[in-house]
Amino acid sequence: MKTNTLFPRADIIGFAVLAVVIFLLLPAVLDSFRLNLFGKYLTYAFVAVGLALCWGAGGILSLGQGVFFGLGGYCMAMFLKLEASTPENTAIQSTPGIPDFMDWNQLTALPWWWEPFYSLPFTILAVVMVPVVFAFVIGVAMFKRRVGGVYFAIITQAFAAILTILIIGQQGFTGGVNGITDLRTLWGWDIRTDEAKEILYYVNGVLLFAVLFAAQFVRKSKLGRLLIAMRDQEDRVRFSGYDVASFKIFIFCLGAAFAGIGGAMFTLQVGFMSPTLVGIVPSIEMVIFCAVGGRLSILGAVYGALVVNWAKTTFSESFPELWLLGLGGLFIAVVMLFPNGLAGIWSEQIAPRLTKLISKNTNPATGQGAPAE
Amino acid sequence: MFADYSMSELGAIFAMQGFAGLILFSVFVLMALGLAIIFGQMGVINMAHGEFMILGAYVTYLVSNFFAAFLPGIFGIYFFIAMGLAFVVSGGLGLFIEWAMIRHLYKRPLDTLLATWGLSLILQQLYRSIFGAREVGVTIPDWMMGSLPLTDLIEVPINGIFVMVLAVGISVAVYVMMFRSGWGKQVRAINQNRVMAGAVGINTEWTDRLTFGIGCGVAGVAGSAFTMIGSTGPTAGQLYIVDTFLVVVFGGAASLLGTIASAFSISQAQSIMEFFLSGSMAKVLTLLTVVGILMLRPQGLFALKLRK
Repeated sequence: MKTNTLFPRADIIGFAVLAVVIFLLLPAVLDSFRLNLFGKYLTYAFVAVGLALCWGAGGILSLGQGVFFGLGGYCMAMFLKLEASTPENTAIQSTPGIPDFMDWNQLTALPWWWEPFYSLPFTILAVVMVPVVFAFVIGVAMFKRRVGGVYFAIITQAFAAILTILIIGQQGFTGGVNGITDLRTLWGWDIRTDEAKEILYYVNGVLLFAVLFAAQFVRKSKLGRLLIAMRDQEDRVRFSGYDVASFKIFIFCLGAAFAGIGGAMFTLQVGFMSPTLVGIVPSIEMVIFCAVGGRLSILGAVYGALVVNWAKTTFSESFPELWLLGLGGLFIAVVMLFPNGLAGIWSEQIAPRLTKLISKNTNPATGQGAPAE
Repeated sequence: MFADYSMSELGAIFAMQGFAGLILFSVFVLMALGLAIIFGQMGVINMAHGEFMILGAYVTYLVSNFFAAFLPGIFGIYFFIAMGLAFVVSGGLGLFIEWAMIRHLYKRPLDTLLATWGLSLILQQLYRSIFGAREVGVTIPDWMMGSLPLTDLIEVPINGIFVMVLAVGISVAVYVMMFRSGWGKQVRAINQNRVMAGAVGINTEWTDRLTFGIGCGVAGVAGSAFTMIGSTGPTAGQLYIVDTFLVVVFGGAASLLGTIASAFSISQAQSIMEFFLSGSMAKVLTLLTVVGILMLRPQGLFALKLRK
């Protein structure tokens, strides 16, 4: 069987199952409050898919994905905040027409770098480009000097710390520790109603699939093979004449773009953006979504984000004390016992038995394995 | 920004901020020493390092309460006993963690990072369940209270001096252990070439475990020293972990001298800037500078010349 087609049969099934889950199953069984929550989880899945490419395929562990998530989210939040801060809405302020937190911090004019965010096309561009440019700068500086592995992880983590401190410290420009809140409309369309949340959920789902297709394309292309080769034997790839650094920079930027889109969708779905989503802790939690789902599998990453967040919400609702213990235990268990996560359990345990079961009934020709490699 | 101050005042500001920087320096050194042993020598990323430190702080808290209740007569010296106990408790936990977790992951450094992060979450929650979410402080013995006036404008707190003395003492102890003891020689041999070290009869497994344990023990002592200048909460360890890793990486991972030099420059830069800018901007600028320099010079300030 040809293996270099873009969509092997098992992958088609995997994508189809995920589509059924996201577009049919979840909306059917959940009320609108829960569906909105799952919409939020889907925005994390964008980050997890990016990480599956960077970390799982490329071997680059970034502990700063929250930075890109936050940059994308803040870009979107700035646009929405400006739209919400019309002079009529903010008439009671001493300077009407600027966001409320600026007024509270005695700012009398909009900072110049807020100005472009009056335009939606610019905002959409910025949601993707700001994280990408930032990732590009970091990537060029690090990968061209062949810094990788744990050093890269620590530096990206430092960026997460820096951005959080900066956002909290510059309260007048960024909304400080509360973040940018009280967002109302997107081009006149109220995003706070239940219907809007539901529509945004589907938009999330569609965008997620677009991202998944892009990720699948990367994985199945020559680039994807090179990434895996680089992860396993970087020097051999370099000696074969490939510019290893450029491939790493590209995949890191792609992951950042995915995270930026996720962040922007988070802002729309949840209605605020704050530094608690940027820092070290959320960044490392995003890695665990990917690890639980299976770091090698892009579909697994989506399931990982959904399952971990669902567990987090359920547990912290009923046993707030136990959640941190559970999360910590999950980290350790996944790393020590299931390094390939849910996708690994599927492809090593369930899928072979399933294939055996099916092939007993029909023809014994299938040997394709699981949706995840 | 200097215009509003007279020359003597400026001198005093620099001296006082410099001293505040020295205390911060001691804190960084104490934290970074344990990490320099574990990360620098073994290459293991221990994200739970801060929690080992906090463990030492809580041990000190318990010991101080014990002395206040049962042995008030010799309360003045409780701290030294607490410090020893902190070393033993944190080191013991370190030995156990190495045995249960770390040794299975030596081939996968990034996974160690995640697993120890999980460990840090568990420890944080345990501290919160046992000691409560609020920060606790210890009673400082009388002889450590007050401050020492140097001139009219400059005075220095005694507990700060004590922490500095402690930092110097522990640095010397670590230096002696690393470079003047048989164990240190073994650790460095393993760092340079694990297979050869094993071939000449060094018990690499046991040395690894001991190294991890000692690193954690030093972290415990650092935590014990912290109680003299601040209070302890369940999540206090996490606040320092990024700074500490940057200190170690900036210094050059395998160099003890580099760790101390980088702790000095980072802490001085930060505390002097803190006076003129807001605290958060000082921190941002310091971290950005460090990260910027690391991008230009990834091997850190003092790189060990070593063939891999």
